[in-house]
Amino acid sequence: MDVKVLGTGCAKCKKLYAEVEKAVAQSGLSASLEKVEKLDEIMKFGVMTTPALVIDGEVKCSGRVAPVPEIISWLSTAAAKNG
Amino acid sequence: MKGSGRHPWLVGPGVCEQGKPIKPVMEQAARSHRAPGAEMIADEHPSASRGWSTKTTPRVRRARLVPVLLVVIAAAGWWAVYRNLESLAQWVTYDLFSIAAGSHVGSAVEFFIYEAPKVLMLLTVVVFGVGIVRSCFTPERTRRLLAGRRETVGNVLGALLGVVTPFCSCSAVPLFIGFVTTGVPLGVTFSFLISAPMVNEVALVLLLGLFGWKVAALYLGTGLLIAMTAGWVIGRLKLERWVEAWVYQTPVGAAQPGGEASLTWGDRVRLGREAVKDIVGKVWPYLFGGIAVGAGIHGYVPQDFMASIMGKGAWWSVPLAVLIGVPMYSNAAGIIPIVQALLGKGAALGTVLAFMMSVIGLSLPEMIILRKVLKAPLIATFAGVVGLGILVVGYVFNIVL
Repeated sequence: MDVKVLGTGCAKCKKLYAEVEKAVAQSGLSASLEKVEKLDEIMKFGVMTTPALVIDGEVKCSGRVAPVPEIISWLSTAAAKNG
Repeated sequence: MKGSGRHPWLVGPGVCEQGKPIKPVMEQAARSHRAPGAEMIADEHPSASRGWSTKTTPRVRRARLVPVLLVVIAAAGWWAVYRNLESLAQWVTYDLFSIAAGSHVGSAVEFFIYEAPKVLMLLTVVVFGVGIVRSCFTPERTRRLLAGRRETVGNVLGALLGVVTPFCSCSAVPLFIGFVTTGVPLGVTFSFLISAPMVNEVALVLLLGLFGWKVAALYLGTGLLIAMTAGWVIGRLKLERWVEAWVYQTPVGAAQPGGEASLTWGDRVRLGREAVKDIVGKVWPYLFGGIAVGAGIHGYVPQDFMASIMGKGAWWSVPLAVLIGVPMYSNAAGIIPIVQALLGKGAALGTVLAFMMSVIGLSLPEMIILRKVLKAPLIATFAGVVGLGILVVGYVFNIVL
C-alpha cells in the first residue's frame, strides 16, 4: 500500500512522518512510505493544512499529528480493502 | 471496542474517519501508546468510553452525556479554586512563609503565587474552549464560507474566521493557494491571514487575567479591525499581479472529506483536551519565567520608571515600539509578562499594545514563508498596511485613554 506524508518540512510534518514510521512497523503491514514536500504535489490532494496523511490516494487527516493507534487503524482498513 | 475500554479515544472511530479498527492490533497499540499523565478524565471514568460507540442504544445515548457532565464538574471545581486564589496566595506568603507584609520580597512572592496559578487556570479554560470552538471550523468550511464573497462582508467574515479556524503558520502557503484558487478574493484572504496570528488566544487570556476585560476587549477589537481594514485596503489596491503567477495555475485537487466526519461531543471534548495538552504544555515555562520576572519588577522597580521612555508624552515611542517589535519573534506567552512589567511601571497602554501586536502579528519568518507565493512588493504592502494599522491603534489609545 502507498502511504504519503504531505508537508513542507515543518516540525509537525516531521513528527507525523515519525509516527507513521512507527505505525507501519508496529502493524507489520507492508507499505511504501513517502514524504511529499513539493507544494504543487501537496495541492493536488486538495489539502490546505499540513501535515496531511494520504493512504492509497485517500486523505486520512490534515493539519494535525495523528497518534500511532489511529494511523494503524487506517493502515489496517486500507490493507483489508486491498486484501 | 470492549477489550480496549481503557483508551477508547485512541482506538475508537477516529475523528478523521469512521471505520472499525481491527481489534488485536489496536489493543496492542493502545497499550504501547499510553500517554502518561494525560487523558486523566477518561482514565478515571472508563464509562466515558461509551460515548465513542457509533450505535445509539438508549444506554449509549445516556453515556454520551458523560464527557459533557465531566466538563461541568471540572468547571465547578475550577471556579471554587479560582475564587479563592487571592486569599490563598496571601496565606501562603504571609502565614506559611511568614514573610513580613509590605516588604519587597513579600510583594514579589505574593504576586507570583497569585498570578502564576491564576493565569495557568485561565489559560487552560480558554484553550479548552477555543479547542472546542475550533472543532466546529475547518479550513475547508471556512473557504466555503468565504468563496465569492463581496469585499466588505468578506473582509469582516475573513477576519472573524481567522480567529476560530485552526491552522499553524507552516500551513499559511497551502492555505493561501487553496483560498485564492477557489475564488476567495485576495483582500479577503489577507484579512484571514492577518487576523489569525494577530488575535491570539493565549495573548487574549493573559491580557484578561493580568489587566482585566477592558484591555482584553480592546486588543480583540482592534486586532480584528486592523485585519479587516488591511485586507480591505489590499483588495482595493488590486495587487493580484504581485502574486506569483504559478499560484493561480496550480491544479488544486478537490477537498476530500477526510477530516470532515461528524464529531460527537465526546470527540469535541477530546479535541479541547488535546489543545490544552499541546498549547499549555508548550507555553507554561515561558509563562512562569515571565511572571517571575514580572514579580521581581512588581516588587522592586520604582513606580513610573517607564513613564519617561514609553509614556504618553513621548510621541516617537509608538513607531519605535513597532520598529523594535517587527523583527522580534516571540510567542504571546513570552511577550505578555514584558508587557505587564512595562505597563505596571508607567508605560502608555497604546504604546505597549502596538509593541505587542507588532511582535506577534507581523513576523519575519511568516513573511519569508509567504515569499514563496507573493512577490516582494506585495509583502512590503502587506507589512506596511498592517504596520500602519498598528501605529494608528497605538496613537488612538494613547490619546483616548
